[in-house]
Amino acid sequence: MRVVVVGAGIIGACVARAAVVAGCEVVVLDRDQVGSGTTSRGEGNVLVSDKPPGPELDLALASRRRWQDLGDELGRDALELESKGGLVVATSQAALEPLSRLAAAQREVGVEVEAVTDPTHVEPFLTPEAAGAQWYPQDAQVQPVLAAAAVLADARRRGVQYRPGTEVAAARTGQDGRLRGVVTTSGEVIAADAVVNCAGTWGGVVGRRLGGEVPVLPRKGFVLVTEPLPPSVRHKVYSADYVANVAASTEGLETSCVVEGTRGGTILIGASRERVGFDRSMSPLTVQRLAAQAVALFPFLAGVQLLRVYRGFRPYCPDHLPVIGPDPRVAGLFHACGHEGAGIGLAPATGDLVAAHLTGLDPMLVAGVDPAPFLPERLLRIPEETS
Amino acid sequence: MSTSTFRFDGTDIAFVPGQSVGAALVAAGRPSWRTTRHEGSPRGLFCGIGVCFDCLVTVDGFPNERACLVLAEAGQQVSTQEGSGHDR
Amino acid sequence: MTAEDRRAHTRAHTRADLLVAGGGPAGLTAAATAASGGLSVVLVDSGHALGGQYWRHPPAGAQMSGTDGFHHDLTAYRSLVDTISGHAETGLVDLRLGHHAWTVRRDEDGIELHVVDRRRPGADRAVVLRGRRLLVASGAYDRQLPFPGWDLPGVYTAGALQALLKGGGVAAGRRVLVAGTGPFLLPVAVGLADAGVRVVGVHEANDPRRWLRHARAVAALPGKAVEGVEYAAALLRHRIPVRVRSTVVAAHGRERVEAVTVARLDRDGRLIEGTQQRIAVDAVGVGWGFTPQLELAVSLGCELIGSEDGNAVVDVDAWQRTSVPGVLAAGETTGIGGALLAGLEGRLAAEGLLREVGCGAPSVRLRPVRRAVARQRAFSRAMREAHPVPAGWPAWLDDETTICRCEEVRHRVVREAVASGASDGRQVKQLTRTGMGWCQGRICGFAVECLARGEVPGVAAPAPASERLVAAPLTLGALARLPSHEVE
Ligand SMILES: Cc1cc2nc3c(=O)[nH]c(=O)nc-3n(C[C@H](O)[C@H](O)[C@H](O)COP(=O)(O)OP(=O)(O)OC[C@H]3O[C@@H](n4cnc5c(N)ncnc54)[C@H](O)[C@@H]3O)c2cc1C
Ligand code: FES
Repeated sequence: MRVVVVGAGIIGACVARAAVVAGCEVVVLDRDQVGSGTTSRGEGNVLVSDKPPGPELDLALASRRRWQDLGDELGRDALELESKGGLVVATSQAALEPLSRLAAAQREVGVEVEAVTDPTHVEPFLTPEAAGAQWYPQDAQVQPVLAAAAVLADARRRGVQYRPGTEVAAARTGQDGRLRGVVTTSGEVIAADAVVNCAGTWGGVVGRRLGGEVPVLPRKGFVLVTEPLPPSVRHKVYSADYVANVAASTEGLETSCVVEGTRGGTILIGASRERVGFDRSMSPLTVQRLAAQAVALFPFLAGVQLLRVYRGFRPYCPDHLPVIGPDPRVAGLFHACGHEGAGIGLAPATGDLVAAHLTGLDPMLVAGVDPAPFLPERLLRIPEETS
Repeated sequence: MSTSTFRFDGTDIAFVPGQSVGAALVAAGRPSWRTTRHEGSPRGLFCGIGVCFDCLVTVDGFPNERACLVLAEAGQQVSTQEGSGHDR
Repeated sequence: MTAEDRRAHTRAHTRADLLVAGGGPAGLTAAATAASGGLSVVLVDSGHALGGQYWRHPPAGAQMSGTDGFHHDLTAYRSLVDTISGHAETGLVDLRLGHHAWTVRRDEDGIELHVVDRRRPGADRAVVLRGRRLLVASGAYDRQLPFPGWDLPGVYTAGALQALLKGGGVAAGRRVLVAGTGPFLLPVAVGLADAGVRVVGVHEANDPRRWLRHARAVAALPGKAVEGVEYAAALLRHRIPVRVRSTVVAAHGRERVEAVTVARLDRDGRLIEGTQQRIAVDAVGVGWGFTPQLELAVSLGCELIGSEDGNAVVDVDAWQRTSVPGVLAAGETTGIGGALLAGLEGRLAAEGLLREVGCGAPSVRLRPVRRAVARQRAFSRAMREAHPVPAGWPAWLDDETTICRCEEVRHRVVREAVASGASDGRQVKQLTRTGMGWCQGRICGFAVECLARGEVPGVAAPAPASERLVAAPLTLGALARLPSHEVE
């Protein structure tokens, strides 16, 4: 079976690798280059801590194990995979109780988590005012662009063809209405038995071009990068209100910072969430809030300089779950997009799910995750949300 | 022309009011005042106008000030900066 | 509340007619013209004195003797500074020296320019300035090409030698060699020689005969020719050897530069083997044209176009207006063209505004200004075409040459990234960390773009202007304290 994967972000890379391992013949197209989309805009958190029990957490747990495997197979350095663990800090007494309730629920479904009474033992430079914390040893990190490039490079070694600078313009449809490949903007026809839409934030557009639109919308985010420092923040540290923000569906701006160190020595502070369409402009107010929250968690950061801010657009679906599986309207079209702020973390298991769908194997067996909550059907019933 | 001095790693460096810390150090025959994070190589002024950040230096305990921009002041404590300039 | 506080408070709640980012010839002229026409102006510059790179001066009250001798057109400068100071006293101009613009935002009400006051080490303070319009007059800095040893102390940009001299009255060495390309190398060499430095050579990589193709543009500007003759005479008087089609290909030394290797270049800018020669020096100044500072314009989404020197520059109309309403640009941000052109463009920008708001004196005849602008632009285009970056420059590099000075990324690593498929500067950066350090790729960006593409960017496909949403660093503390009433 010949498969065209549209998009060489982290999702497209993992889908291509899983598909070739499953025995498909695979071509990956990207209008730009590997990792040049939202994959290069995120922080590379591979988190289980921020998700309440539910389908996304199941996918995250499966994916976390698969990142570990990828690290073993491709080399941790190639991915900059670090199993550094996450510390979720209750900044006030009031936040302590909901946090431990969440932790208890997560523990039930297999998340490793442990209460910490004095978080400054874990993070010496943390504010002494923290009321308490939960420690999540499974939280990890990769460098997203390196990881996407390494996974794709491995896929290519296994025979995947990679074509950067190739944009999909339309579907090539057989007489039976089945998708038979894609037509590029330069008019070239690339034949295939199946096409997987891994176009992330642009998944809605690519879906439309291929005759099966899915509601994927942009959610803007800023990440702050400091000057390089000696190691000062050891884990991923965030305040407990992040948990509330991730699931929130309100229009407005939400900030609750995640602070972490990188190998380069810089500290990353992310990330805000705003639904303002593809507005690329700078929002000093948003950036100020992230800075203020980071300084509140780590007072020493007040004297540290901000060198860079980058912005990206997370791909999200109205119900905040990714869309993974066959399009019920167009035979031969599959979707794997809309991973919002967790696409890096969720990528390997997403690849496995798609490979199972493509080859007709049992997704539960291949990926260890129930595929049903992610199927496109659910979105085609919900009226599309506007932003 | 009057001159004043600031302290640089324990010695006095003369400057003319209005000079930057970097200009005064160059005038005193010191072309470098920091070492890099990875290779420990010496660096001093390069672009002279605040763009390259090669001239980073610690002034009155505050690391990573651009020597080419900071005005020299009498009694200032300037010190060679190693690596990131932050010790921890 | 002190009077200064009260004034600061009022300002925070009012909107200036014009914000000017950059106090060089373009910004100064625009600010002076606009204020003299009755507009309220906020003028921001990161330096401690007005004048920018060209009219760089020590700060007011400085006690250096005679850095004025290094300047051209001093009367023009003085009269602009007097005008600005006069308007600053009446409050029409809010002058902010030592303030760095770190970001910018635009909405229906106008422009919000975010600046950081960095006058005191360790006490930086974020301030928000509001205006109906913004003029981006942020100038340019020397463009650099790496070579083995360029990270040794004592190797400077040509502009740094000039800045040390003009701003601080300091000669960076006793035996200095100047290299690169472009007419700017000459005043640097002459300025040093006038200060008593032994200039052991000016090495211009291009052949001056390239100018012959642009004879008309040169002939239209007799002033430039005279300037050239003056420099030639000064070089002769100081017995400064001038070499053409020659450049510095390596610097040597342990803790600082002790010598350089120069070599001849062929017609295509490729090193001619066997022509290498070692020259003892204690300082070197190198420049390969200039890179415009486009951060604010790029953040605002202004449309850019390619320039002959391979830079992307801001596209402007006949009144220096960019594609974004309320945002203007003048000087080097619209193309490298020198101080005179910058001043004229600043003038046009301000005159246009005055006409727009109805305080313009239509009696002011702009035709001569426009004619002068046209001549200067033709000349600067000729200059950019006559002084390209030599195509063969990457041949000077060895495997271990540092490409990114901040993150200390070596040529070998960049080459491997390119070999693995990275075909532009952005991808090399993602894979190798070039341009991710303190300077955010300002110094190595153009060179990395050349290495990734395998050719020197030109007018049709210029090096992309990097998006830097943070145009100057500031501490997270200053950012966190940004008073929110000023932002909302
Ligand atoms: C500020 C911010 C912080 C984040 N932090 C994290 C984090 O810490 N952890 C985490 O897991 N996730 C994080 N994310 C989310 C994560 O980055 C995304 O979920 C993920 O990158 C999505 O991957 P993707 O492959 O679906 O999309 P992309 O990486 O955007 O890839 C899509 C690709 O499709 C290509 N394409 C589009 N249209 C076409 C076409 N017509 N033809 C051909 N190619 C096309 C694009 O060029 C692009 O390369 C963050 C996101 C943001 C914005
Ligand atoms: S010398 Fe370049 S920033 Fe100071």
